Amino acid sequence: MSEFQSKGQRFVALCMFGLLLFNYPILALFNFSGTVFGVPALYAYIFAAWAALIAMMAVVAEADR
Amino acid sequence: MLHGSTIIFTSFAYLGLLFAIAYYADKRADAGRSIIASPYIYSLSLAVYATAWTFYGSVGRAASDGIGFLPIYIGPTLMIALWWVVLRKILRISKQNRITSLADFIASRYGKSALLGGLVTVIAIIGILPYISLQLKAVSNSFTILVQYPDIIMPSVAGEAPTREDTALWVAMILAAFTIAFGTRHLDVAEHHQGMVAAIAFESLVKLLAFLAVGAFVTFGIYDGFGDVFTRAAAVPKLRAMMTPLEGVAGGYANWVWLTILSMMAIMFLPRQFQVAVIENVDEKHLSKAIWLFPLYMLAINIFVLPIAFGGLLRFPDGTVDADTFVLTLPMAEKHELLALLVFIGGLSAATGMVIVETIALSTMACNDLVMPLLLRLPSLRLNERRDLTGLLLGIRRGAIVLILLLGYLYFKLAGEAYALVSIGLISFAAVAQFAPAILGGIFWKGGTRRGALWGLSAGFAVWLYTLLLPALARSGWLPISLLEQGPFGIELLRPLQLFGLSGLDQITHAMIWSMIANIGAYVAVSLSVVQSADEHRQASLFVDVFRQTGEGGGARFWRGTASVPDLYNLLARFFGAASADSTFADYATAKGLRWPDDPLVADAELVHYVEVQLAGAIGAASARVMVASVVTEEALTIDEVREILDEASQVVVYSHRLEQKSRELEAATAELREANERLKELDRLKDDFVSTVTHELRTPLTSIRAFTEILLEDPDVEPAQRTKFLGIITKEAERLTRLINQVLDLAKIESGKADWVESGVDMKEVISDTLAAMGQLFKEKGIKVEARLPERVSAVTADLDRMIQVMLNLLSNAAKFCDGTNGWVEIALAERDGALRIDVRDNGSGISADEHEAIFSKFHQVGDTLTDKPHGSGLGLHISRQIVEHFGGRMWVESTPGRGARFSFTLPVGVPT
Repeated sequence: MSEFQSKGQRFVALCMFGLLLFNYPILALFNFSGTVFGVPALYAYIFAAWAALIAMMAVVAEADR
Repeated sequence: MLHGSTIIFTSFAYLGLLFAIAYYADKRADAGRSIIASPYIYSLSLAVYATAWTFYGSVGRAASDGIGFLPIYIGPTLMIALWWVVLRKILRISKQNRITSLADFIASRYGKSALLGGLVTVIAIIGILPYISLQLKAVSNSFTILVQYPDIIMPSVAGEAPTREDTALWVAMILAAFTIAFGTRHLDVAEHHQGMVAAIAFESLVKLLAFLAVGAFVTFGIYDGFGDVFTRAAAVPKLRAMMTPLEGVAGGYANWVWLTILSMMAIMFLPRQFQVAVIENVDEKHLSKAIWLFPLYMLAINIFVLPIAFGGLLRFPDGTVDADTFVLTLPMAEKHELLALLVFIGGLSAATGMVIVETIALSTMACNDLVMPLLLRLPSLRLNERRDLTGLLLGIRRGAIVLILLLGYLYFKLAGEAYALVSIGLISFAAVAQFAPAILGGIFWKGGTRRGALWGLSAGFAVWLYTLLLPALARSGWLPISLLEQGPFGIELLRPLQLFGLSGLDQITHAMIWSMIANIGAYVAVSLSVVQSADEHRQASLFVDVFRQTGEGGGARFWRGTASVPDLYNLLARFFGAASADSTFADYATAKGLRWPDDPLVADAELVHYVEVQLAGAIGAASARVMVASVVTEEALTIDEVREILDEASQVVVYSHRLEQKSRELEAATAELREANERLKELDRLKDDFVSTVTHELRTPLTSIRAFTEILLEDPDVEPAQRTKFLGIITKEAERLTRLINQVLDLAKIESGKADWVESGVDMKEVISDTLAAMGQLFKEKGIKVEARLPERVSAVTADLDRMIQVMLNLLSNAAKFCDGTNGWVEIALAERDGALRIDVRDNGSGISADEHEAIFSKFHQVGDTLTDKPHGSGLGLHISRQIVEHFGGRMWVESTPGRGARFSFTLPVGVPT
């Protein structure tokens, strides 16, 4: 049971982290007109953060099976 | 060229392929070799979330406000992070209670309330209608546009409205037929549609590939990569402003956040998501993969949305082409007809997948939670007496499917034109979000009551109707537009889009805020102010404490009454047929260790509960309860009794936890005791061996002493020379006896830890020299050559001087004994290395075989065959020496090859006592 609980807590923490990433004020930091390799900074940030969040979810989901 | 007939033929070929897949999967499932029992199929089937709205509408929304469409996919990603906590619990509850739909889940949680189930069904159907109409609109639009190829003409200006509406009607009818074929071929006890899931998973692949294909074509074919699209778009001032869309927009962040929350609810509570994620789930473990694979799917299908949107805006700058159609019109404009056809099929995949699952889920709800409870309550129908109800159930579901799709078509005709795809979808999202308080509250808060849920849902839904559906109808001209502008009866405060004067937000955010306040407020306030009934209390603990329960029989504890086995059997037979009822009863009997139908079953609480749960799998919890109640006589439990049972149960759980702990402790203690016993037995055996060996060793010299003394005693005439010889032997044997006894005593002292150790700094070089001097005579007599290789000086070690001399004497006398008889040679070496002294004693005797290397250090071990060879010693010397060396922290061992002598070595750590 404790394994399930700790896994649950990690996921809740990830969700909180995600809410932070895709919200004011972090989002506002990237809301300017710069570009990354030609891609607007805001778009680049959102997709990169999204991919990173999914990667972390994969790590937590597949850990100590 | 793309003729209408080509498109139609391709579409039907594609639908035929889907049906073949579903048929194959069903056949495999019947044969017991399911192809959907895989986390990858599960993850793909979850992607039914991406509908025609995603396929066409995301680009449309991106073209108007940049990243504004992304919360619809980021929200679910965040929610999925909570799935491990939330969805796993819902899955477990649904498996235990055989939940068949979202409405069933809510009804079951709040005391199997038929009223609540019916309300949820109505909300779900009305709420989802716009969404279904969206799919019809998307398919018919895309068809209308594709038929015009190579011209690009928007449906709204095509001027052939009647034909187009016919298209939508045709689409609706074909999809209805298709869904009926998929979902209601037979009545499944577990409400699983394996064929459907396989087909949906395939559709998810098709729409993803189609979208990626068109995305890659636009990004890398028309333009030169992501950077190129955005750089060119940034050159247009109007588009440049979209790239920082959160700036300066009133309520920009609020809209973003609310859209995220709304989508978080939608991914859980859209009937079709509940269907694939919960009802069709075959293994809880699939969650681990789905948790990251499904968000990855959403990321993948969104990567090209912005490039396509900007590409479309650049390609059609005059605004004559609807942004919702860019996915299709861009390949058409570039004259890639095959790609356009692929896009159409992708969109068709997205739409059909959604429609099939959604209508199956809704028809199950309509049948189990709306129509059946009503029919069962009509005494004139005498439904309780009908022999076979399978056909009736399937008929209701088929009718519901057709009706729902027709209603969807109707909504499309009434209100479909006024909104873009995304806005239509969001109206449905807001409707299903109303289920969130009742469900989430229901699985985490025991205090939530039936009345609370009823009031909360009603209030939230009423606000939804007023703030979202009403304006949609008004804008389409079915209600006076003044309603929106001046408010009902001219009351400005009640304007549906600025309720109580709240303005500056988009319509969805505005509706969400008010409906959630009404919903959660009513749910909590009413729950806290009314008393739960016994039924509610029982269901609340079954749901909230689902992980604390053991088997499926959790609900059986709460039933008291009388029933008969034939009645229960007939009840099942009426819904599933006799064969299915037989196997169901056989399963139950087998679990009890009995054989059906030979052994008599007892119609106790457990059997009644079992039958009810099986029945719930087909007709829902509320209807199943009514049906079972019709054949059994039930005594109602009071709330106090339910509480008592629950308390008892939790007491029992606590006790059994404690018992488990105690028994684990006991097991550990037993294991320790057993180990100790083994050790004692071993010691006992050693002691016996020791005693027998010692007595044996003592007897040999004693026998010889006795024999010689007897000779001397009985025969006084022994010659003096003979006498002297005999006396010499006697003396020698007596000495041997003394030595043996001394060593045994010595050993006993060492082993019991009572030996007196006199520790001091000992110079090993001196010890070796002294010992050699003492034994010099012996070596000389035997003609043994002794070589000592000693360094100038060595560090002192901590040891007992006398004991060290004892060790050296032992090793040297062994060497003297065993070295070569004629050409004897012994070498002693002393060296200091790595903080330790090492002493080697080498001889050139016959050597010791490898398997004896350890054995010679054990008690009474003597090399060679003791029967033929005369023993050369007590067999204790090496054992004692090793004990001494180890006492001072050293090590003793032997290296030898038979025939090439032996080398005994020991080490002692350097250092003086402090």
